[in-house]
Amino acid sequence: MRYFRPTSLADALAIRREHAVTVLAGGTDVYPAAATRRAWGDPSHPDILDISGLAELRGIADEGDHWRIGALATWTDLIRADLPPLLDGLKAAGRAVGGVQIQNRGTLVGNACTASPAGDGIPNLLALDAAFAVSGREVAARDFFTGYRATAVGPHDLVTAIRIPKRPGRGHFEKLGARRYLVISIAMTGLAVETDPGGRIVQARIAVGACAALARRLPALEADLAGLPLAEAPGLVAERHLAGLSPIDDVRASAAYRMAAARTLVADALAHLAGHPVARAA
Amino acid sequence: MTPPVTLIVNGEPRTVEAPPFATLADTLREGLHLTGTKVGCEAGDCGACTVLLDGEQVCACLVPTAQADGRAVTTIEGSDPAGLIDRLREAFLARGAAQCGICTPAMILAAADGLRRDPRPDRASVEDAIGGVLCRCTGYVAIVDAVMDVARGANALAPQAGAGAAVGARIARVDGRAKVAGTDRFGADHQPADALWLRLVRSPHAAARVTIGDLAPVLAHHPGLVRILTARDIPGENSFGVFPHLKDQPVLADGRVRMRGDPVAALVGTRAAVEGCPDADLPVRYEVQPALTGVAAALEAGAPALHAAVPDNVLTRGRLARGDVALGHAAGAATAEGRFETAFVEHAYIEPEAGYARRVGDRIEVTACTQAPVMDQEDVARVLGLPLSSVRIVPTACGGGFGGKLDISLQPILAVAAWLTRRPVRMVYTRIESMASTTKRHPARISARMSADAAGHFTAFEMEGDFNTGAYASWGPTVANRVPVHAPGPYRVAHVRNRTRAVYTNDTPAGAFRGFGVPQATIAAETLIDDLAERLGLDRWTIRRRNALDHGDTTASGQVLHASAGLPRCLDALRDDFFALEKTAAAANAGGPRRRRGVGIACMWYGCGNTSMSNPSRMRIALGPDGSLTFLNGAVDIGQGSSTVLLQIAADALGLAPDRFRSVVGDTDLTYDAGKTSASRQTFVSGNAARLAGESLRARILALANAGPGARLILEGARLTIADGEASRSLDLAALPVDETGAVLAGEGWYDPPTTALDADGQGIPYATYGFAAQVAEVEVDTQLGTVRVRRIVAAHDVGRAINPTLVEGQIHGGIAQGLGLALMEEFIPGRTENLHDYLIPTAGDMPEIDVRIIEDPDPEGPYGAKGVGEPALVATAPAILGAIRHATGARLTRVPVLPHRLHAALHAREAAE
Repeated sequence: MRYFRPTSLADALAIRREHAVTVLAGGTDVYPAAATRRAWGDPSHPDILDISGLAELRGIADEGDHWRIGALATWTDLIRADLPPLLDGLKAAGRAVGGVQIQNRGTLVGNACTASPAGDGIPNLLALDAAFAVSGREVAARDFFTGYRATAVGPHDLVTAIRIPKRPGRGHFEKLGARRYLVISIAMTGLAVETDPGGRIVQARIAVGACAALARRLPALEADLAGLPLAEAPGLVAERHLAGLSPIDDVRASAAYRMAAARTLVADALAHLAGHPVARAA
Repeated sequence: MTPPVTLIVNGEPRTVEAPPFATLADTLREGLHLTGTKVGCEAGDCGACTVLLDGEQVCACLVPTAQADGRAVTTIEGSDPAGLIDRLREAFLARGAAQCGICTPAMILAAADGLRRDPRPDRASVEDAIGGVLCRCTGYVAIVDAVMDVARGANALAPQAGAGAAVGARIARVDGRAKVAGTDRFGADHQPADALWLRLVRSPHAAARVTIGDLAPVLAHHPGLVRILTARDIPGENSFGVFPHLKDQPVLADGRVRMRGDPVAALVGTRAAVEGCPDADLPVRYEVQPALTGVAAALEAGAPALHAAVPDNVLTRGRLARGDVALGHAAGAATAEGRFETAFVEHAYIEPEAGYARRVGDRIEVTACTQAPVMDQEDVARVLGLPLSSVRIVPTACGGGFGGKLDISLQPILAVAAWLTRRPVRMVYTRIESMASTTKRHPARISARMSADAAGHFTAFEMEGDFNTGAYASWGPTVANRVPVHAPGPYRVAHVRNRTRAVYTNDTPAGAFRGFGVPQATIAAETLIDDLAERLGLDRWTIRRRNALDHGDTTASGQVLHASAGLPRCLDALRDDFFALEKTAAAANAGGPRRRRGVGIACMWYGCGNTSMSNPSRMRIALGPDGSLTFLNGAVDIGQGSSTVLLQIAADALGLAPDRFRSVVGDTDLTYDAGKTSASRQTFVSGNAARLAGESLRARILALANAGPGARLILEGARLTIADGEASRSLDLAALPVDETGAVLAGEGWYDPPTTALDADGQGIPYATYGFAAQVAEVEVDTQLGTVRVRRIVAAHDVGRAINPTLVEGQIHGGIAQGLGLALMEEFIPGRTENLHDYLIPTAGDMPEIDVRIIEDPDPEGPYGAKGVGEPALVATAPAILGAIRHATGARLTRVPVLPHRLHAALHAREAAE
């Protein structure tokens, strides 16, 4: 097994072109996957491209009309960054990931590239209309996630950053798991809502995770909420708004429960933004 | 391949050759021999490997060594400029925040990271800081307390106990200093320099015929492999098991696998070779057969037999009958019944099985984590075909057990490999391997029926329970026999009929787990008691108090409780809490809020020691010619604190302070058999042996000095002074003759609890004494999401006498955490939840406030009145939580764990019914 740790993006892209490598930043997905294979007698591992030496991938920056979150920015970097309320959901997701150890190592870009249905960063990125910088081209979040653990990142590509367009409004994130820390989401929602001075919704962008092979926006709900007072929004979330979701039964929860929980989480998140935070029992 | 990297470890540059992809944890442990950093899962799920990287906490199992090059790494062997780490060590010691100690290095470093960023935290932010580290022993309560002490600058040192004042003192655990320093050595921390490594090739199938082809080409292709062992290489019997007549588990599969994870071959060689040789390179062929999953499949007519000797797959039947249940039910004004179901539960000790073996001439030594060194010795001897005296078991520090390390795991195969290769051989289970292959709590299906008269007096109880014992017997018979005795709960019931079966299946073996089936059965009985209270219009506290076993009462097995039956006092101790919390709940629920409060109550009893079986313990205290005082204690401390408790007892019996002793614990060459660390027996059984040993040595000393019983002993170097008023006298120990063990004076104690055999109806005296408890739980249920938050537990436990109240509280906290997990989140499903992110145990943020009320109704048979407390707190917790959920919502849950989707479904079913 070879281990590449280049110090320039050009070198990294060259390695990516020439070798079949697994990209490693914080290692929080790469090592557990290897441990699972090894436990059942498969010690194989693809070559590694460790991108942690690429200075140009670090940091979170204000770039005029958007925020740039470098591919090496960790959850902790996000939590500690001075960012507008629009990105509150992303910060909340960071605080809900694993424990502090994972937040200190795991990256938002890595979370997105693993593209787990339960990736805590992903609903927020959809709701924020984020775009990915992929080997120099820009891919919108809605096009980036292509299926179960699948993305638009080709075998020769590297994601260098996420761009989040600056917009008015506030973001929020609600996660449901069966315990407090170190828990994979049963369901979650990330959303961004812009209101006018009178408290009416100008635009709501709402996504739900862990309720389909990949996180989904809820366009019907977003359309129904436009123009309504935010305070009324929680009560309007209906079953039909979740039509795009297709959850499964697994060890964490039943599909039917996930649908019901998603509806509650979305309503709770809207209530939070309307100024009525809901303290949950678990 | 292995370029050197330089890590700044605890301020010192350390250059080490390590592959860049090797984890930082591995490089610290195997490259730099800094074994204070523990590895629990290799997946970031448990946090045991937490170190500070450039000052921030990370899981060292997720950091490539390449990324740590040139960076500052702080491990538990180090300290920080602010001195937080050293202060945390002291606070952990004083608070009893380290039990087994396997998570302690990580907890201390995580807490130091948190305190550095937030020097004045509240409890919630302490929980945030340590939330990424799992602890299975403490319930996190003492850990958070210790961190808060440091934050307030108020951490006190643990008290010392003087001569004669050890019993009842909150002294720090005797092995605690090593645990907070990170120098205690667990199974994986022993690293013989020239050791080979061993890896087991395990069946991914639950049932299959297996054939193994020619292995020579594999050895040729993997030059670092020294041997590949299969069943035919076992020198003695290829089988082991708990009971002499039930050695039904093969060391290596012989033609057949009966469970996922059954080992079929052992690779022995260099670490790189055994880890680098894929299972797929071995000529192992599986002919997969249909697996019997769950008890129903195994009991079907015509189901294949797991073991030829047991054609119907029923391993054991347990039975208890007293009075006439039909008559008893007929005498009742109300009858309640129900069917209950529990899941496999994983012990989830944070230390996976690990150790090494080495051959010393014609003897074999196995150094590994265990709860039962002499049982290990017996089975290793059997598998090697050696006499018992040729086998030495050296227990390492045990990073949690809870019953899971009572069974053999890697001991026999390590012994075989070391025996055959004449090299030390090491092995460390992966987390997944540990979870997939070792024992679990028995899943139970229980039907129960209970009646009470109009005044609420119980008139009849009956239950039938099937317990899935998995592919091998393990402790299945113990569960089948313990449950019938305990199933009615700690109450007077005249008419009882209980029947149990332990059933073989192709599932993971179920064995011993804190409570041996009693937690499962208690869920059934306590739910029925709530039913009866409801039907009879009684409150739930009163119905329990009215029936509580008291002094002079007779149990379902016909045993009269002559002493130490403190349940009435336990119930009285939390009466006010129960009714006050009921009122609070009613007020909180007024107006029909989404989040509803509820209060539950449950009681339990637990027999200390093995059921109707001899289970003696023998202890020795030796005084050397130089004045050295050695406590030779064969009882393995798995974190619960027996090394400390037994020393406190021995010290007071002798009359010298505990800090005068050196302890030797659980080495079969050096100590006597103290029996297993299980069944809440060490304080009671070994405690009596320790007391007798201390008294015996004291008697010998006093006899030499011709002193009276009240004489005071003063040991200064080799001079022992026996102070008895005017008649004081000093002995020069160096002048006394030395015996063959090097001692000049010694005392021994042997104790076997007085029990009798149970007759065909389960009548007799199965245990010498019982622990009793009552617990109240307060929960909050989110009725929309079906989630439950346990807000508060009040736990009143009759422990006879608290030898060390800090350790007693620690057992209760930890038992409550495990009971909470049993009730709300823990479900092992073979092949699906065999890691610590799919299998959930409580984290620091899931624990309620816990209020412990220690009740001391001394047992004249116990050492200084003490009884066991290891298992009780777990038992009463789940039923109290279920009762609280029901009180909050009306939903009567009969299946655990109550995962959110299950509670949600129950709430909806209830709504639909209304």
